[in-house]
Amino acid sequence: MLRFQNRRLTIVGFLGPAVVSLLLVGIAPLVFAVYTSFHRYQLTNLRKIPFIGFDNYLFVLTDEVFWQAMGRTFTLLLISLPIQLALGMGIALLLHKPGLGYLRTLTRLGLVIPMATTYAVVGLLGQVMFNIKYGVVNQLIGFLGVPPVNWLGDPSNAFAAVVFWDIWQWTPFCALVLLAGLTTVPGEVEEAAKLETKNWWKVLRHVQLPFLIPGLTALFILRTADTLKLFDMVFTMTRGGPGSSTELISLLIQRVGFRAFDQGLASAQAIILLILTIVLSMLYIRFFYKEVAQ
Amino acid sequence: MTRADARGRRRALPLGDIALLLLIILFCVFPFYWMVTTSLKTQVVALSAPPVWTFEPTFSNYTTVLFDEKVGASLINSLIVAVFTTALALLLGTPAAYALARFEFKGKRDLWFWFITNRMVSPIVLALPFFLIVRSFGMLDTHIILILIYLTFNLPIVIWICTDQFRSVPKDLDEAAVLDGAGPLRIFWKICLPLAAPGVAVSAIFSFIFSWNELMFALVLTRTAAKTAPAMAVGFMEGYNLPYGKIMATSTLIVIPVVIFALIASKQLVRGLTMGAVK
Repeated sequence: MLRFQNRRLTIVGFLGPAVVSLLLVGIAPLVFAVYTSFHRYQLTNLRKIPFIGFDNYLFVLTDEVFWQAMGRTFTLLLISLPIQLALGMGIALLLHKPGLGYLRTLTRLGLVIPMATTYAVVGLLGQVMFNIKYGVVNQLIGFLGVPPVNWLGDPSNAFAAVVFWDIWQWTPFCALVLLAGLTTVPGEVEEAAKLETKNWWKVLRHVQLPFLIPGLTALFILRTADTLKLFDMVFTMTRGGPGSSTELISLLIQRVGFRAFDQGLASAQAIILLILTIVLSMLYIRFFYKEVAQ
Repeated sequence: MTRADARGRRRALPLGDIALLLLIILFCVFPFYWMVTTSLKTQVVALSAPPVWTFEPTFSNYTTVLFDEKVGASLINSLIVAVFTTALALLLGTPAAYALARFEFKGKRDLWFWFITNRMVSPIVLALPFFLIVRSFGMLDTHIILILIYLTFNLPIVIWICTDQFRSVPKDLDEAAVLDGAGPLRIFWKICLPLAAPGVAVSAIFSFIFSWNELMFALVLTRTAAKTAPAMAVGFMEGYNLPYGKIMATSTLIVIPVVIFALIASKQLVRGLTMGAVK
C-alpha cells in the first residue's frame, strides 16, 4: 500500500468534497423531510407550522389512497417483471446462439434504443401512439381485426399501456444483463451439456442458471427500486389517471406535495417510501446476495 | 467460443431465428421511428384517422418549436445544466473514486456502499424537502439548483465507474512516482487520471444522459428561466387540441443526442445501469 506523510489528511482531501456535497444535497433534505413530516406544514399557510407528532404518519398508514397507490406500484412490478425476465431470457438465449454475425450487433444496437429513450418522451409517445382515434396502436390491432380500444380513457387499459411501455423500455435491459450472464458459462461445460441433451430447458436449468443468478439478483433489486421511483413516463402519459387508475406511489406523493400543497403529509409518505425501499433492499441482499458473495 | 463460432458459420442460420431477431429490432425501433415521422407531419396530416404512413415530410414543426415556442431556449438550459453538473460530478467524484481504489481506511466499504445506494432512493423523497429549502432561499428556477440536486445521481455513477477504472491502473506506477518524490495529488492528476480516461469518459456520458433526461426535479424546481427541455415538452400536453407534430419534434430533439451517446457507450450501458446491484 502507498505511504504518504499525512496519510489521513490525504484521504480526507480526496474524499471530503464528495462526501460533504452528497451530505448537503442528499442527506440534508432528508433530515428536513423528517422535520416536516412531524408538523402540519402547508404551503398555503406557512405562518403556522404546529408540531403534531406522529399524526401525519398515522394518517398515511391508515390512508386507503396511499396503500392503493402502493398496491398499483407493486401490481405493475409483479406483472411486468416476470414478462421482462421471460422475454429478456428468450432474447438473451437467441443472441447467445453462435454464428449470428452482424445480425447480433444490429440487434444489440436496436436494444439500446428503448433504454436510451428519455422517460418523459416515452410517456409523450404513449399519448401519441395510444390515442383512440389518431393512434397507430389502434390502427395496427385493427389490421388484426380488433376493434379500436380506448387506451388512455379507460382505467384498466391505461394501466395496460403503462405496463406496455415499462416492458418495452426495460426488456432490452434484462436481455443484455442475462446475455452477459450467459457468456460467463465456460464454453466446454456448455458444449458438453448440449451434446448430452437436445432439450434447451434442461441446459438452461442445470447448466446456465447458476451463472445467471448474479444478473437475476441485480435485476430484481433494480427493477424493484426503479418501479418504486417510476414517475416521468406515467406522469407525461396519464398524469395518474383516468381517476387514479395509474397513480403510482411517486405520482401520489407529487400530487399531495405539489398540487394539494400538504407538505407535511407528503413528507411522511416520502419517509415511509424511503423506509420501505431500505427494508426491501436489505431483504433482497439478505436473501440473494449471501449466495452470490464468494 | 471460437470453435462454436466457426461451426456456426458453416451452418446456415435458421430462418426462424432471423425472423425473430428482425421482429425484436422492429419492436425496439418502431416507437422511435413513429416519433421521428410524426415530427415531420403537419398538424393536419398528424390528425388523420387512421394514421398515414406516407406523406410529404416537412421541417416546419422544428422551426416552430425552436424559434417560436422557446424549446430552443429550454434545450440550451438542459445543455447548461447537464454539462455543468457533469463537470462538477467529475471534479468531486474522480478524487473520491481514486481514494476508494487506492487507500485502505476504516469504514471504506460502508462509505462506498453509501455512495452507491443513492441509486435506490426515489427522487420524489428528495424533491419535496429540496423544493422547500430552495424556495426559502428564493432560488427556485435557477440553473445552479438543478446542477446541485443532479449530483445526487451523478456523483454515485461517477464514483461507481471510476473506482473500477482506477483499480485497473497498475499500482507500480504510483509506487514508482512516490519514490520519485511526487505527492498524492500529483500522482492522481498526472499519472492515474490520464490512464483512467476511458472510464472517466464513460461516466461523463452517463452523467450527461441522466441529467439531460431528468424530468421530476426540473418540473418541481423550475418555472420559466431555467426550464429544461423535458419539462418544456410536458407543457405541450395541456389542452385538448394536442399539437402532435410539435410534441414529437421536441421529443426528437431531446432524444437524438441521448441515443447517439448511448450508442457510443453501448458496451458499458448495462454496466452503468446495474450500479448498486452488482459488485
